[in-house]
Amino acid sequence: MKFMILVKANKDSESGALPREELMTAMVRYNEELVKAGVLLAGEGLHPSSKGARVRFSGDKRTVIDGPFAETKELVAGFWLWDVGSREEAIEWVKRMPNPAGEESEIEIRQVFSAEDFAPSDPTGELRAAEERMRAQTGQKP
Amino acid sequence: MTATDAHRTINAVFRIESPRLIAGLTRIVRDVGLAEELAQDALVAALERWPESGVPDNPGAWLMATAKHRAIDLLRRGKRVERKHEELGHEIELQQETAAPDLEAAIDDDVGDDLLRLVFISCHPVLSTEARVALTLRLLGGLTTEEIARAFLVPEPTVAQRIVRAKRTLAEARVPFEVPRGAELAERLSSVLQVIYLVFNEGYAATAGDDWMRPALCEDALRLGRILAELVPQEPEVHGLVALMEIQASRLRARTGPSGEPILLLDQNRARWDHVLIRRGLAALARAEALGGARGPYALQAAIAACHARAHTAEETDWARIAALYGALVQLMPSPVVELNRAVAVSMAFGPAAGLEVADALLSEPSLQGYHLLPSVRGDLLAKLGCFDEARAELERAASLTRNARERALLLERAAACARGSATS
Amino acid sequence: MRFIITAAPDPNAPKTDTTVDEQMMAAYMKYNEDMHKAGVLVASEGLNPASQGARIGISGGKRVVLDGPFVETKELVGGFYLIEVKSREEAIEWALRCPVGLGTADVLTIHQMTEASDIPPEMMKIIEQAAPTWSASFRKGK
Repeated sequence: MKFMILVKANKDSESGALPREELMTAMVRYNEELVKAGVLLAGEGLHPSSKGARVRFSGDKRTVIDGPFAETKELVAGFWLWDVGSREEAIEWVKRMPNPAGEESEIEIRQVFSAEDFAPSDPTGELRAAEERMRAQTGQKP
Repeated sequence: MTATDAHRTINAVFRIESPRLIAGLTRIVRDVGLAEELAQDALVAALERWPESGVPDNPGAWLMATAKHRAIDLLRRGKRVERKHEELGHEIELQQETAAPDLEAAIDDDVGDDLLRLVFISCHPVLSTEARVALTLRLLGGLTTEEIARAFLVPEPTVAQRIVRAKRTLAEARVPFEVPRGAELAERLSSVLQVIYLVFNEGYAATAGDDWMRPALCEDALRLGRILAELVPQEPEVHGLVALMEIQASRLRARTGPSGEPILLLDQNRARWDHVLIRRGLAALARAEALGGARGPYALQAAIAACHARAHTAEETDWARIAALYGALVQLMPSPVVELNRAVAVSMAFGPAAGLEVADALLSEPSLQGYHLLPSVRGDLLAKLGCFDEARAELERAASLTRNARERALLLERAAACARGSATS
Repeated sequence: MRFIITAAPDPNAPKTDTTVDEQMMAAYMKYNEDMHKAGVLVASEGLNPASQGARIGISGGKRVVLDGPFVETKELVGGFYLIEVKSREEAIEWALRCPVGLGTADVLTIHQMTEASDIPPEMMKIIEQAAPTWSASFRKGK
């Protein structure tokens, strides 16, 4: 099962300053542990939202908004992608993480959809068949 | 926290901790079977205690301390009346270790070495292949006997029996808990890689039944491979194997169609491949090559898989390079199955007639007499050359030889298409 | 440069029915296909609704597991694309082509990922010492 672990932004991460050496060391040691346990697929830190942008969709309208964004708590400062045996195992690994913010932090754990997850809502395989048809339309040789 | 939640949490903790726990305990008690019993006892203690008290801050250290106390009890009560001197020695060693102010640090010191020793003992040549697989999944993958039985479609008592017998064999043969050295290391490592790849393949292509693949086994094998790659980072073939598995696993999502029918590599929708895994595979392959292992059997197979992975569309595939890589692989491990794959690559690179020439040379090969892929490949090449009647006969023969129901359906469908082709030509 | 584009419902828009129909699914698939063929797509995943996730609050040294589902409807992230492009503008350009907004209101946020080149050399040394295995993965310039 794949899980995505989202670390929310805070004042420090939004300021663009690199974490203190001590935290950086603890964090990369933790990454090392994840690699050695065969769990880590990808892990990335993100630049502050001042370097980012947003696209707001409303019906067919699209608006580009430049960063930074005010609601810090709803921004992502970093993420991991893990391959683990269960949701509990993902939680267990998060508990072993050094505190990313140094004070109050919140980490979100989300399961990544796999093909099987779509099966209940797609009992006859209609959607996947649609995808196949779509492939034919895009000129991909079956 | 309800009791079921607590149990699920404890199982997760145990899956993370049990390989290290068993490895550390084996070093102390010198017996894998006993070490595993002690680890199980610690798990039972956790199941009794943690739902009430909550999960401790350092669950691994808690489990280890509990298991060690049990070990001291056992020794004291003379449960295992074998070699007295050694036992006293163990007891002193155990007490010293248990009394260590920072148990976790004491365990961590050489947990890597202990894990590696556990890998080698689980895949020891005194054991049958089946026993190696079961023991590896049990001790290093943290799977229960029930999970292993379900994955390999055998009754649970059979798996339990296999594991018990394996542990007894190791004890009777007095297999030392150590990492092999020199020339022996290469040989023993290749047996470990074989076990991991076998588990992966069992998941990737179920050889019998209607189930095209059992992805959970692929995940278990990948995890074992990734762990091993960091235990012996200087061994190129480990990275070659990891590369091969990562790239093959990247196609899992694209290998079956809406009703579960298999979709062949060249027909797969490449946007559905897992590109994170592809990148990891290419990086692992680069590691194998940087260590001078480009010509190892797993690295070569990974390089072939990488040719497919790098092509954004099937048309972009570098078949000439694939044919050359198969040529190198055949030199290394002369095998009719590899040669058959080379026939396919040659046909894609240089036309069906050239491929058929390679495939026809295999017709007298005794080991391929009952192998469905030879007539399947020949059927396809004959169809491309317009010999529809011969092609149909070959595809029907292939359908009669395969043990996989889905594959049979696919072959019969292709045979029927040849019949239509024959009618219109 | 690598960017992660996260997708979430617009918190300020009235709630709409967000069931995925065949047309929508096909449009999404075509979008994936386009990015894939352009060689920019590294990963794209949907995340299960938060009911199957969890959050972990960290305060000082204490870690508390908060189970989903969560009361606020504002999802942090519903899915993501990980792309590799030449510039922030190109990332925005790809985000604009996303087929969301077929009757729903969504916001895509574009975050730039931290690359090894963003980290000062002395910090890099510390990382390599603390995590020889994990850091090898990005030293080779992925």
